[in-house]
Amino acid sequence: MKTIQVDLAVIGGGPAGLAAVAEAKRQGIGRVVLIERDLELGGILQQCVHDGFGLHRFQKRMSGGQYAEAFIRDVEATDACIQDNTMVLEITPDKKIYAVNETEGMLLYECRAIILAMGCRERTRNQVFIYGSRTSGVLTAGAVQRYINMEGYLPGRKAVILGSGDIGLIMARRMTLEGMEVEGVYEVMSSPGGLTRNIVQCLEDYDIPLHLSTTVVKAHGRERLTGVTVAKVDENRRPIPGTERYIDCDLLVLAVGLIPENELSRGAGIEIDPRTQGPVIDQNFMTSIDGIFAAGNVVAVFDLVDYVSETGEIAARGAARYLKEQKEGNKEGHSAHTYKNVTAGEGVNFVIPQKVAAGELTQDMAFYLRVKKPDERVVLSCRMGDETLAKKKERFVAPPEMLVSRVQAGCCVDNDLTVEVRKEVPHER
Amino acid sequence: MNGKEQLDREITCIVCPTSCRIQITGTMDEPEITGYTCKRGLEHARNELYCPMRMLTSTVKILGAKFRVMPVISTKEVPKDKMKDCLEEIYRIQVTAPVQEGDIIIRDICHTGADIVAARSMKEAQ
Repeated sequence: MKTIQVDLAVIGGGPAGLAAVAEAKRQGIGRVVLIERDLELGGILQQCVHDGFGLHRFQKRMSGGQYAEAFIRDVEATDACIQDNTMVLEITPDKKIYAVNETEGMLLYECRAIILAMGCRERTRNQVFIYGSRTSGVLTAGAVQRYINMEGYLPGRKAVILGSGDIGLIMARRMTLEGMEVEGVYEVMSSPGGLTRNIVQCLEDYDIPLHLSTTVVKAHGRERLTGVTVAKVDENRRPIPGTERYIDCDLLVLAVGLIPENELSRGAGIEIDPRTQGPVIDQNFMTSIDGIFAAGNVVAVFDLVDYVSETGEIAARGAARYLKEQKEGNKEGHSAHTYKNVTAGEGVNFVIPQKVAAGELTQDMAFYLRVKKPDERVVLSCRMGDETLAKKKERFVAPPEMLVSRVQAGCCVDNDLTVEVRKEVPHER
Repeated sequence: MNGKEQLDREITCIVCPTSCRIQITGTMDEPEITGYTCKRGLEHARNELYCPMRMLTSTVKILGAKFRVMPVISTKEVPKDKMKDCLEEIYRIQVTAPVQEGDIIIRDICHTGADIVAARSMKEAQ
């Protein structure tokens, strides 16, 4: 088995991994390898032909491929080793990576630091439980996206979409433009899962109906899907008898959520947050294992790629500092710090990072969070005891839109932090 | 539609996440726009009323590449009512690898002033 020593290995060549490699080279990290299992870099961006990427970072409306290419060019201009078509099999707690590819067989990377950027995976039929036979013609929205936008063929003629996640909405428009019929979008919850602008531009523009509090209860057909039965659900998401309706279709598209892909992280023994289903991280996006960092959707599912790239850069800067401290023989990683917890307070579903090294912040610290329910005129704040470290007014918040707040460098963290979203009170104006 | 016909439309504003419901009544000549909460919302409603514009993204057939289709994007928004014509033109096109991101595939598509460009580079397949 070929053994290769590197300073930094980045696992995953999607937006988080690409940004991490480019930033790692800017920070002067020596031997960097980017390991990607697909045939080319870019990750899921390459199948996103729609626009809306890069609004924050480039102030432009780019399609996924354009956004990816901007970063691929940055990475290819460095001396980082790009190892595509290579699958990582295992990561050990002492930062060894076992990988395999067609030409070299098994590879062992001995790393001084690692950035996990494996992204996320779609929930499948197994995770939403639909009665009926296991016919063909039941696909995740991402699979439909790949077939249509990259492989170049249509996976059906008439589709029903279950779930109103963003990829499902985007694909409703895409399938319509490609000449397929989209009967409707069915969402079990009482509010949509995707962003409002996608509901408007992908459904309303094309008169595709969105049925809330409704789900698919049965898939029909023997070899190929021939139809589905939908039914309204009560407040406990149980189908209401008598509301069933049969719909003829040959494609059921599942857009029922994303889960961070952490098989490798779990295998290495990295602590996972049950709420985000991603690694517990500190402000440098370092996981519970010294020198192993994580960035992007593997940490928590983001809705904007611009933030994913930002976290890749934060992790790369964290890795650069870690390697420097290690080289200088200083204490580094967990042994060098005591950590304070960051808790999701009132109105907040989750917040990352989940912990912060105590002491003065040497640079601004970003918090990413999702609220529990839609609300208007709220104040997003980060508190340490009675002290408010950051405060920001938001006119409107909703769970599909991730919020970002920043605590400025210079703040001294000596206690646990709470991030909360409360109703604005008049005297705060 | 002539300028005197009575309007009764509701649109969801997508300028920011607030998602205001904006009502448009009155006539094209003298519309009454209510429900917006900022200037940008009013402007958005006016644009949606008089000339709704959309970015156009799709794929074109490509020969000699790793994949059978290549993503394309318009260089600026095109009028919504010309989307169909534009798409038909896009679906008639076939390109051959290699293609560089930004290469113009169709110039001034359907006289909209927008070009259709390659949204990624595609190398020749080995």
